[in-house]
Amino acid sequence: MITEIQTYFRELAASGINLTIFYDAFDFDRFVTGFGNTLLLILISAACSIAIGAAGAAVLTLGKGPAPACIRGYVALFRNTPLIVQMYFFYFAVGSIMPVGRNELGLPQPLIGSFSWAVISLSLYAGAFNVETFRAGIGAVHGSYEEAALALGYNRRQAFFSVTVPLALRFSFASLANNLVDLTKATTVAYAVGVAELLYVSNQIWSDSLNTIEMMNVMLVIYLTLTAAVVFIINRVEAAMRLPGFGLGDGQ
Amino acid sequence: MTSINLFSQILEWMPFVLQGFALNILMSLLAIAVGTLMGTFLGLGQLSTLKPLGIPSKLATQLFRNAPWLVLLFYCIFLMPYQVNIGGVVIQLPSWLRATIGFSFPVAANFSEIVRGSVNSIPRGQWEAAEALGYSRRATLFRIILPQCITRMIPPWMNLYALLLTATPLSMIVGVEEALGRTQAAVQAQGDSRVLIPMYLALLAMFFFYTWPINRLSLVVERRFRTK
Repeated sequence: MITEIQTYFRELAASGINLTIFYDAFDFDRFVTGFGNTLLLILISAACSIAIGAAGAAVLTLGKGPAPACIRGYVALFRNTPLIVQMYFFYFAVGSIMPVGRNELGLPQPLIGSFSWAVISLSLYAGAFNVETFRAGIGAVHGSYEEAALALGYNRRQAFFSVTVPLALRFSFASLANNLVDLTKATTVAYAVGVAELLYVSNQIWSDSLNTIEMMNVMLVIYLTLTAAVVFIINRVEAAMRLPGFGLGDGQ
Repeated sequence: MTSINLFSQILEWMPFVLQGFALNILMSLLAIAVGTLMGTFLGLGQLSTLKPLGIPSKLATQLFRNAPWLVLLFYCIFLMPYQVNIGGVVIQLPSWLRATIGFSFPVAANFSEIVRGSVNSIPRGQWEAAEALGYSRRATLFRIILPQCITRMIPPWMNLYALLLTATPLSMIVGVEEALGRTQAAVQAQGDSRVLIPMYLALLAMFFFYTWPINRLSLVVERRFRTK
């Protein structure tokens, strides 16, 4: 089976479409590693950014004193500056004052590598957008729900977490899907700090095999599939959590 | 070296970085102009009832909207010729100009969605009322619906411009000498690791003080035009 696929793509290469990743074991390995790193970047950063967004929105709604102002500053700062500059700032500037460990050969090796910095800056960037999304979701829940909960003897915190948040989450899905699609697209920026993700390995492969156009098309198809998958997953979660008689589509 | 010396040293490099930032602004202005023009046609195409016009417009919009900016940038940098020959006139395409064209594709796709979204946000009743008054579909769209859409499209268009400006430093990866590339060059030229943090903070501040007012203004405009 595998040899048949390899033979097919070798013949295809002879006719002009050179997809080395399907018959060259070395290129295939590199490509799979890159794809795996892209998936890891998406999954870890998405989880962290949702956590940051939820915590930020909760502080904005419940917090008192300087905490909400800090969150607003963080959101404004990260939304209005380029992701790539943030990543450079973290990787080169902040990274330069971080402690340096030693690897098994005794050579200096930073404790936080390029992959970790990429995850940190992607999470903070997407997290800033998620704070806005969740805050808007909380704002979309009608005040009468909280009042009803307070009348039933809930305190403000309980009413927020048991009544407002579950409803707000359902208002946030459309915008959250948008943010996660943007995050998926933004993982390509990790290329700039040398994370071996999909764009990086594709660039290596086309530099070695001189099949730029083919690799770019493969990469484009993969990113379109990934963004479609993100939208599909969010829609499935949204459908699973749908409450009959509540939501935008039900004439609330 | 004291901190005052360090400060004056950084200040010395600022004009160099600011010149790069001017290129960022130039690229963003050109790309928003071209992208808005292309996006208007794509958006109107999406609204067309003619299938040969509607389906390609929808496909192009989805393709350029969901592809990463950096991937589209690579396409334009690697696959576009270095110079074009139009009727004997040779026009050089430097990398910053090719990058600008690369940015205008996602801008066009996003603007196409803004056009479609704002047209769909006008209540259906207006279409029906116009039909009852004997307006054709074309006349309804151009004389009744679109004039109302302009004000609704301005705030998301401003946000799109802010997004575009924050995407322009990506062109550094393909070798355009804009603000980020120049900051990196300046840091290397100074050869002092203490300037790293202030230099990059200065760069972040440049982008922030240009983009933040635009996003604030778009909120103000949105409130101003909101119809109840």
